[in-house]
Amino acid sequence: MQDFIAIFIRSVFIENLALAYFLGMCTFLAVSKQIKTAIGLGIAVIVVEVISVPLNNLIFQYLLKDGALAWAGLGHLDYSFLGLLSYIAVIAAMIQILEMVLNRFFPALFNTLGIYLPLLTVNCAILGASLFMVQREYTFIESVAYGLGSGCGWALAIIALAGLREKMKYCDIPDGLQGVGITFITTGVIALAFMAIAGIQL
Amino acid sequence: MNIREILYTPLLKENPVTLHVLGICAALAITNSVTSSLIMSLATTIVLVISNATISLIRNHLPGSVRIIVQITIIASAVTVIDQCMQAFVPELARTLSVYIGMIVTNCIVLGRAEACAMKNGVTHSILDAIGNGVGYSIVLVSVSIIRELLGNGSLMGYEILALTRDGGWFEPNEMMLLSPSAFFIIGFMIWGVRTWLPEQVEQADFKPLPLQQAEKI
Repeated sequence: MQDFIAIFIRSVFIENLALAYFLGMCTFLAVSKQIKTAIGLGIAVIVVEVISVPLNNLIFQYLLKDGALAWAGLGHLDYSFLGLLSYIAVIAAMIQILEMVLNRFFPALFNTLGIYLPLLTVNCAILGASLFMVQREYTFIESVAYGLGSGCGWALAIIALAGLREKMKYCDIPDGLQGVGITFITTGVIALAFMAIAGIQL
Repeated sequence: MNIREILYTPLLKENPVTLHVLGICAALAITNSVTSSLIMSLATTIVLVISNATISLIRNHLPGSVRIIVQITIIASAVTVIDQCMQAFVPELARTLSVYIGMIVTNCIVLGRAEACAMKNGVTHSILDAIGNGVGYSIVLVSVSIIRELLGNGSLMGYEILALTRDGGWFEPNEMMLLSPSAFFIIGFMIWGVRTWLPEQVEQADFKPLPLQQAEKI
């Protein structure tokens, strides 16, 4: 149990996907103007991560890994080069299904998250979490903890940035830096501050 | 649009990084050395050309509802080929870039150009557009990495340019340049520079503070 809590804490704070690995930056910079939309997108990312990382873990363990097809009597096959293709296909298909399910059963939630879901297909934080999960050889339960942790970490980062940007819109910023420019520099400062906890070992 | 226009507009005027803010993740993570950013730009440009050409070929047969999945699958196949080639021919570089080569799949430039250009235009136009955008992206990537490697390590592509103090030279390297946050500042200042030069790209502020004399009257 302690392992899973350690993985969770580590992926939220120390190995934060947005501020330590700089993944999902395009959406991170584009959709952080308001706290409300940032919370919506953050929740969507958590939901997608919690489902897609364990699902990709199962696919890797039982279909792609070297010798993974032993249960079907095909132990000599190694399909790990198909990993990238399968993970992104799983993520894209899952987002499409999630969109339909939410639309049918939870219309209120769909209205809040709806517009962000298609965006998540090209959010590298989602694919990145799956690739890191494979690289670090997590087991199934560890991958659940990692999916939850990395999603929460990303959501936390985007909400923090949105909070700063909401305050900052009253500031007098040079014309050329207006909008994207100053957001880059703000994110740089946040990331720099985040590096202070990067060395902690759990 | 003529050929020259398609090729040259994405270089500066509509640069994918400084104007559209696409493909930032890779631009931040791997620009601490010129070699890896050159390889990364080359890989991204090749993927862009392959995906734009393929998608533009089948654009009339793609139903709208599943187009994103089809586009992503095409892009992922192209990236898998590049990834396998790199692991076979330049295994050392492939290891340093690790997951970032795979991350080209979710590089928004590739999907963005597929949606914005390849779905609407013929094959030649799409290929030219892909080359233009690839080169525009490479310019940003390589110039950021030149600044970072030169100031952070005193070298370019591994060759020493400024003699470091720890080797008896005169240049004290700025270690912060090797950390990823420095890329944020460099790109931020780049955007500032480009937008000062081309003022039509400036975003409008939601609020403007009143000039001081006017504010004092209130």
